[in-house]
Amino acid sequence: MTESSDITRDYDLYLGCVAPNRYPMIEASTVQVFKKLGINLHDMKGASCCPAPGVFRSFDIPTWRAIASRNITIAEQDRRDIAVMCNGCFGTLLEANHLMNSHPDQRTETNAILEKVGRQFEGTVKVRHIIDILYNDVGPKAISDMVIQPLRGVKAAVHYGCHLLKPSETRPWGKDENPTFFDDIVEASGAESIDYKDKFMCCGAGGGVRAAIKDVSMDFTREKLSNMKDAGVDIIVDCCPFCHLQFDLGQVEVKAMFGEEYRFPVIYISQLLGLAMGISPYDLGLIATKDKPPGTPPFIPTEPFVKKVVEGM
Amino acid sequence: MVLIKEQIKKIDKSIVEEVVEDELLERFKSCYQCGTCTGGCPSGRRAAIRTRDVIRQALVGLDDDLLSSDLLWLCSTCYTCYERCPRDVPTTDIIIKLRNIASHRGLMKGPHLAVSKMLIETGHGVPINDEKWSNLRKSLKLTPLPPTVHSFPEAVKEVQTIIKELKFDELIAYGEEVKKKLAEEEKKRAPERIEELEAELKQLKEEAGK
Ligand code: SF4
Ligand code: SF4
Repeated sequence: MTESSDITRDYDLYLGCVAPNRYPMIEASTVQVFKKLGINLHDMKGASCCPAPGVFRSFDIPTWRAIASRNITIAEQDRRDIAVMCNGCFGTLLEANHLMNSHPDQRTETNAILEKVGRQFEGTVKVRHIIDILYNDVGPKAISDMVIQPLRGVKAAVHYGCHLLKPSETRPWGKDENPTFFDDIVEASGAESIDYKDKFMCCGAGGGVRAAIKDVSMDFTREKLSNMKDAGVDIIVDCCPFCHLQFDLGQVEVKAMFGEEYRFPVIYISQLLGLAMGISPYDLGLIATKDKPPGTPPFIPTEPFVKKVVEGM
Repeated sequence: MVLIKEQIKKIDKSIVEEVVEDELLERFKSCYQCGTCTGGCPSGRRAAIRTRDVIRQALVGLDDDLLSSDLLWLCSTCYTCYERCPRDVPTTDIIIKLRNIASHRGLMKGPHLAVSKMLIETGHGVPINDEKWSNLRKSLKLTPLPPTVHSFPEAVKEVQTIIKELKFDELIAYGEEVKKKLAEEEKKRAPERIEELEAELKQLKEEAGK
């Protein structure tokens, strides 16, 4: 349990698409780590795609806003704030919540649509990224107090991603081109965050670029991987399932497209913290069980990293 | 490209008028073309997009070229330019607005139409569409289907009702129609194109022979 008693201890967990449907180890590890920290993440029943900001917001803003607002009304009915594991979902839900709260005209327009499905946006809940909860509510100190297996000697390339930070006017940490809050959470595990060139650059997955213009998207990723390699890191740590997919599957794609080979295990923040807190690496999806179906992630095995940590690096 | 030009002519409003319909985007007009946006763009480093030019083109109304090209779709919506613009031009939001305008003229990319159909059918842009994903969940002690629209058919219906009310399904159908027509046009043009290429080849050979 953490020291502070005045923090919110119950959230609706917004899953999105990529975490539950492609990288469920992100969902599983997040629920377990939060439970250890004394925070309950509840099912947000019947939630849909956020909808993804890069694609659906680009096609039709009113549809994007209405579906996002419908998702928010689920948490409003549950009377719980929303915890989000994905930068893209965070961007959509936070922005939609903000627009609906600050633009009465848009709220009226969208509520007229929501009425057709028996819903109304009330503006009663907050949208929070799990990194925000981990840093601002729990705090790195309380996290490190929970660590029983410090990940000493692990060199991590921390990838913030874009929509965690920007547009900064609606983000909890404001405008800062070189923030360190995510590094502080990573370092609470005992690992070391290694600086690398263009650390805050986009992974290349967003904006529908991955779907439509694959070679450009993968070239973003190639550049980031190359910068991480130059800095001599062991692993990549992220806080977004879409960035996670782009780095994990992306290393296979970068090899096929550009002939450059990288083998960085890609670790989601809750997997990293869970390992340090002594949660079973099988339960965190860091070591594959015999039931793991072929052709599913991770595509860059994470076992070697875990074995190294457990045996001491 | 005849078809695209026709589409665009149908709409008499200039792009700048359409963009500033949204009061938040009014600031768009204060761009003084300093190029800070282009300088920090990770996409522009490797592809043809030049953020400053996108803003300029939208301002002066070179709409057909801009809307029908790949340029708008090269933006990863990273918001770097948005954060750095000294005139507070909401650059990324303008690009998103321009994409809305392009989409409403049926100019979405093929994979974008496909992901939209997933959303319309299932409520997820990336759904569980193979047993292996449920099995992967099970191997992690999770329920085979997440407690999302995947577990609640009535929730899928709600999403579909919203989509119908806002005619998003029609937008996607229109995009497919335009895509098909463009492909047919392209095909019709194929013989002409072959002639052109043959002439070019002949010329090159002649030059090589000199
Ligand atoms: S940074 Fe702003 S003012 Fe400068 S060119 Fe770009 S949009 Fe215009
Ligand atoms: S938001 Fe788009 S245009 Fe702006 S810097 Fe990022 S990729 Fe470039």
